[in-house]
Amino acid sequence: MSNGNVVEVVDLHKSFGDLEVLKGVNVTVAPQELVFVIGPSGSGKSTMLRCCNLLEQPTSGSVLIHGQDITVAGVDINRIRTHIGMVFQSFNLYPHMTAIGNVALALRKVKKMQRGEAEDRAHQALRRVGLDEKALSHPNELSGGQQQRVAIARAIAMEPDVILFDEPTSALDPELVGSVLAVMHSLRDDGMTMVVVSHEMRFAQDAADRVLFMDEGEIVERGTPDEIFKNTQHARTREFLARVTDH
Amino acid sequence: MDAFAAQFLDLEVMQRYLPDIIDGLWVTIALALLVIVTGLVLGLALAVIRAFQIRVINLAIVGFVDVFRALPPLVILVIFYFALPIIGLTWSGFVCAWVALSLVLASFAEEIYWAGITSVHKGQWEASRSTGLSFVETLFYVVLPQAVRLTIPPLTNRTIAITKNTALASVIAVQEMLTVAQTSLAYAANTSPLTMAAIGYLLIFLPLVILSRWIERKFAWKH
Amino acid sequence: MDWETLRFSFLNYESIAEVYPLLLRGFWMTIKLCLLVGPLGFIAGMVLATIFSFHIRWLNWVLIAYVDFFRSIPPLVLLIYINYGLPMFGLDVPAFVAVLIAFTLNSSSYYGEIVRAGIESIQAGQMEAARSTGLNRTQAMIYVVLPQALRNVAPDLISNTLELIKATSIASVVALPELLRMARVSQELVFNATPLLVAAAIYLVMLWPIVRLLSRLERRMMSSH
Ligand SMILES: Nc1ncnc2c1ncn2[C@@H]1O[C@H](COP(=O)(O)OP(=O)(O)O)[C@@H](O)[C@H]1O
Ligand SMILES: [Mg+2]
Repeated sequence: MSNGNVVEVVDLHKSFGDLEVLKGVNVTVAPQELVFVIGPSGSGKSTMLRCCNLLEQPTSGSVLIHGQDITVAGVDINRIRTHIGMVFQSFNLYPHMTAIGNVALALRKVKKMQRGEAEDRAHQALRRVGLDEKALSHPNELSGGQQQRVAIARAIAMEPDVILFDEPTSALDPELVGSVLAVMHSLRDDGMTMVVVSHEMRFAQDAADRVLFMDEGEIVERGTPDEIFKNTQHARTREFLARVTDH
Repeated sequence: MDAFAAQFLDLEVMQRYLPDIIDGLWVTIALALLVIVTGLVLGLALAVIRAFQIRVINLAIVGFVDVFRALPPLVILVIFYFALPIIGLTWSGFVCAWVALSLVLASFAEEIYWAGITSVHKGQWEASRSTGLSFVETLFYVVLPQAVRLTIPPLTNRTIAITKNTALASVIAVQEMLTVAQTSLAYAANTSPLTMAAIGYLLIFLPLVILSRWIERKFAWKH
Repeated sequence: MDWETLRFSFLNYESIAEVYPLLLRGFWMTIKLCLLVGPLGFIAGMVLATIFSFHIRWLNWVLIAYVDFFRSIPPLVLLIYINYGLPMFGLDVPAFVAVLIAFTLNSSSYYGEIVRAGIESIQAGQMEAARSTGLNRTQAMIYVVLPQALRNVAPDLISNTLELIKATSIASVVALPELLRMARVSQELVFNATPLLVAAAIYLVMLWPIVRLLSRLERRMMSSH
């Protein structure tokens, strides 16, 4: 029943009060796939991602992780979330903890690892993002790019089945964007399954397996990067791409 | 000047009543410590319970906190002391003072902790929950450590101010320092015992007030 | 303990009818006290903070000593000291004056600290801009710095005023006929606790709106960090 997909979003609807933000979204993400989501601000991209780990409760529809519907009552959402990493636009590192403390917290408290084991694992994750030498720094001692890489380490340390990225580079100074994208690129090369909401079209062109264009709560167009960027079908997509690329 | 010294700083009188005043000092310190520990712990417990956002319970907590913040501590103390026996609770003055002042401190502390908890950015909750930590784990490992840091300066000031109210226990016959000083004052027809008590309060609270200044500066730079 | 005892002790309408003139008198005395002591302490505090902002080294040490001294002494101790000490010394001060002195000393220290923090929250550029237009230091303080400073620390000022109003109940100890004192006198007249509860209810009605307001302001202050 899981068709081998890591994530399956089926007819997802979400309303905030009277505002219908998602109007029936369907997405599948296969193992090792990088699905890239673009779309204008307010089109529902974040909401879609946040429904995938139940930071938002869907109004209707379902989200399947490895075939298991996580929207039904009685699932252990905290256990499910250890399989779904998330990286936020504003990093959301814990300011009262060091980098390694940030990475190790869930390993110790959710995966119940001993301190030593958790820290070994956290060091590995930090090394993976090239920041092991900053393990003992606090977030306010790190640049934005470094903070975001620590946040990525926090996600990968849990060895999730998929990582959701919500505009991971939008809050960064332009010269710091590259280091974060490089880490994401190497994760992809290692076969990590990823869903990335971003405006970095170059990265999409290089790294994405599929691109989805979202507008007003719907997925308007989907295809390979070449199909979306070079052979655009829909007028709305074309308008959007024209707006974000000509500056 | 000599008349002043004789009235307020009579060494002979002071020596005579020093042992009594020291006894009172210990009672004051014991009461103060009990109030601080009970009040701060109870306040934190209330704030944590409030974080669960259960409507009825939150209304009860807010009601309790508001009443104990609005009423003068002396009024609470007097009511506890004179009214509780009527419903069958015959607490000693010391216990009355301990409970009443602890409830007052708990109320103020709860408001401060709660303000701290709500000031922690929503993204912190989301980041923590996205890694699989539960609500309670997030509250204790991620949110409260940040909240407590913000709350330390106001909490210190408030704790000092409320703990100074241990002197009010003299009104309900607790043998703390001010009571002892007033008794001695009556016996000796001399104000020196009161001077000793004032010095006693300075010994307890001046270091705390200076500490609070230091805390305020130290934490002010953090942001 | 039965319902009748409870009603007699805590909900005794007959006693309320009997003693309400006393309670009313006490209430007005409390109001009068607050209206005097509040402004006195606040103005004294602003003066202290203004002097502090001149950064005269030795004077600032004196001010800090003054403020910390009165923040360390419980107001009741101060009040008793003034009320019983001065007469023994031959100076006969009425209880009302003793209360005024004690609370002004006490509250000016608290107000002073708050206003000082407010002044320090204002950038030096404000003072410089005002001085550059020809205002002298006091004028710049009064027209430019203080208005902004007071706004920045408004929640603390309100909170301190609430504490001051509550603290006036301490005057009952030196037999000043304010609300709590009159409630206790009434209690002894009618042999039940109803007057005390009525006094508490009056405090509650008077102060609860301030408490609510403060909860909101304090939360907003902390969230802006
Ligand atoms: N918690 C919320 N409450 C109410 N409206 C929300 C909430 N979160 C998002 N929205 C609204 O939902 C719409 C989609 O938001 P979002 O998913 O953040 O879009 P995007 O990430 O594509 O910019 C917007 O109109 C936004 O204002
Ligand atoms: Mg978004």
